[in-house]
Amino acid sequence: MNQVDFGETPFVREKMRSELLAKGVFMLMALTMVLPLLTIVGYLIVKAWPILSLDFLLQNPTSRMREGGIWAPLLGTIYLVCISLLVAAPVGVLAAVYLNEYAKDNWFTRIVNLAVVNLAGVPSIVHALFGLGAFVLFAGIGRSILAASLTLAIMTLPVIIASTKEALASVPMAFREACWNVGASRWQTIRAVVLPNSISGILTGLILQVSRAAGETAPIMFTGAVFFKALRDGGILGYSLFDQCMALSMHLFTISTQVPDVPEALPYATAVVLLGLVLAVNGISIAFRVFLRARKKW
Amino acid sequence: MNWRRLESKLEPITESVIRVCGISAIIFVFGIFFFVFREGAGFLFDGLNLWEFFTSTEWYPTSVSHKRYGALALIAGTASVTILAMVIAVPFGLGAAVFISEFCSPRLRETLKIVIELLAAIPSVVWGFIGLTVMNQLIIHVFHAPVGLTVLNAGIILALMSEPIIVSIGEDALKAVPDSYREAALALGATRWQLIYRALLPAAKNGLLAAVLLGIGRAIGETMAVLMATGHAVKIPTSLLDSARTLTATIAAELGEAPVRSDHYQVLFIIGVLLFAITFVVNLCADLVIKGIRNR
Repeated sequence: MNQVDFGETPFVREKMRSELLAKGVFMLMALTMVLPLLTIVGYLIVKAWPILSLDFLLQNPTSRMREGGIWAPLLGTIYLVCISLLVAAPVGVLAAVYLNEYAKDNWFTRIVNLAVVNLAGVPSIVHALFGLGAFVLFAGIGRSILAASLTLAIMTLPVIIASTKEALASVPMAFREACWNVGASRWQTIRAVVLPNSISGILTGLILQVSRAAGETAPIMFTGAVFFKALRDGGILGYSLFDQCMALSMHLFTISTQVPDVPEALPYATAVVLLGLVLAVNGISIAFRVFLRARKKW
Repeated sequence: MNWRRLESKLEPITESVIRVCGISAIIFVFGIFFFVFREGAGFLFDGLNLWEFFTSTEWYPTSVSHKRYGALALIAGTASVTILAMVIAVPFGLGAAVFISEFCSPRLRETLKIVIELLAAIPSVVWGFIGLTVMNQLIIHVFHAPVGLTVLNAGIILALMSEPIIVSIGEDALKAVPDSYREAALALGATRWQLIYRALLPAAKNGLLAAVLLGIGRAIGETMAVLMATGHAVKIPTSLLDSARTLTATIAAELGEAPVRSDHYQVLFIIGVLLFAITFVVNLCADLVIKGIRNR
């Protein structure tokens, strides 16, 4: 019997080489995206290391922001995020319920979906102009935590709508049909079957909203965030709804561009805290999603 | 029991609340346009020379003797950083999308997607800070430039910022190409290069176009990063190492000082309307392109 030789011919070697080359080139392109992230985060942490401590978090900025910590801005960011979440969460979730459960597949629904996409694409500075024109001036709220939070809420609405819609769509139709068949109305079905079965996906969306809202600067610049506001060190009830407040993102902008002679480590440490906060919140959302995917039953 | 009965009584109300929330996105998009337009309308129809606005580079909104509002240099600033960002981000972003969808093991793919998600989550003010410190020093050092806050700086930062969008949408588009295309190409003896260039990219071109459009939309609308990294020079940049100023950065930098309802204040809102219109059209195109694929 003749042996068939399956060994490498020059042609096959050539092909394999081109294969490897292709893989290498595209891997390099993917790496150019990943490496900067790691290098930059590493560099920021190294620069910030000398002053990163719990005291840095809990002290207020002093000496015209050249010393002290970031308590007042950190607290301001927490206020802004919580209030914007309180506003955006119900509206966003119900909007997604409408789009996934009630809306028929027609031109009007297409326009609503288009509006969601476009709302996500509106530049953040235009949101700031809107917040200034609508909430601060027209509604007469004035520059305040409330006006800034409302602006943030509208800006982050598409995040909640998109992920809630995805979560609702992943609930199998059979679940709804079973519920309708025992005589439940549309809303009863949504409340008793659809929402409980998609709650994890909805929570993921809410967490993403928090991360997005915490990092934004432009929308709050003219609607409620200020350069400086005195606050008690570590005090929690520092702000009221109609106060202006400091915010972490705004604080980073201020001390890195507007205030001269700031010690170098201060803006780096502020950047690391802001970045750490946002990435940690995102990390929670990702971990949550991976965990849920692993135990999903259908 | 009573609570149940109450709930079923209230069901029509609940449903109308849901309907109102459902169309809230439309209300907000119109609201944004209405309120931004409203603040700028007075000056737009009475006082602003639109010809000068679009063709003159003379931006002297606070001059005492002769105020001029020529936004051409600002438009050129936005265009130059956006174009540079896309020149960098499109090849690398699409390359990364090809790598993730065609060459990765499932495990590596999940990891890379998580990294992309984290990259997309970095706040723009942190990017701006990176431009202001790291990139600034790097550019001064490498090009011996007097300042590092240039078109090049902002272009690189914007490229890194818009890459995640391009990669994730582009990867979706490549994933949507049926496996039979790949099998057919490989069966004909195509190498992986030929497979990608001759089969995958043409088949996925609409989705990739949408990815690029969304990246452009992101780059045009970006504010804090370009505010901190471009270096505030209101002139048409002639080289990569020139400073510039974009439309978004102008609003962010000047709105705080412009007295409410003054001409200067109103012209900043007109720039806002212009930005809204540009990003609306770009996003609309991206949406139509994506819808076009789905219908086919």
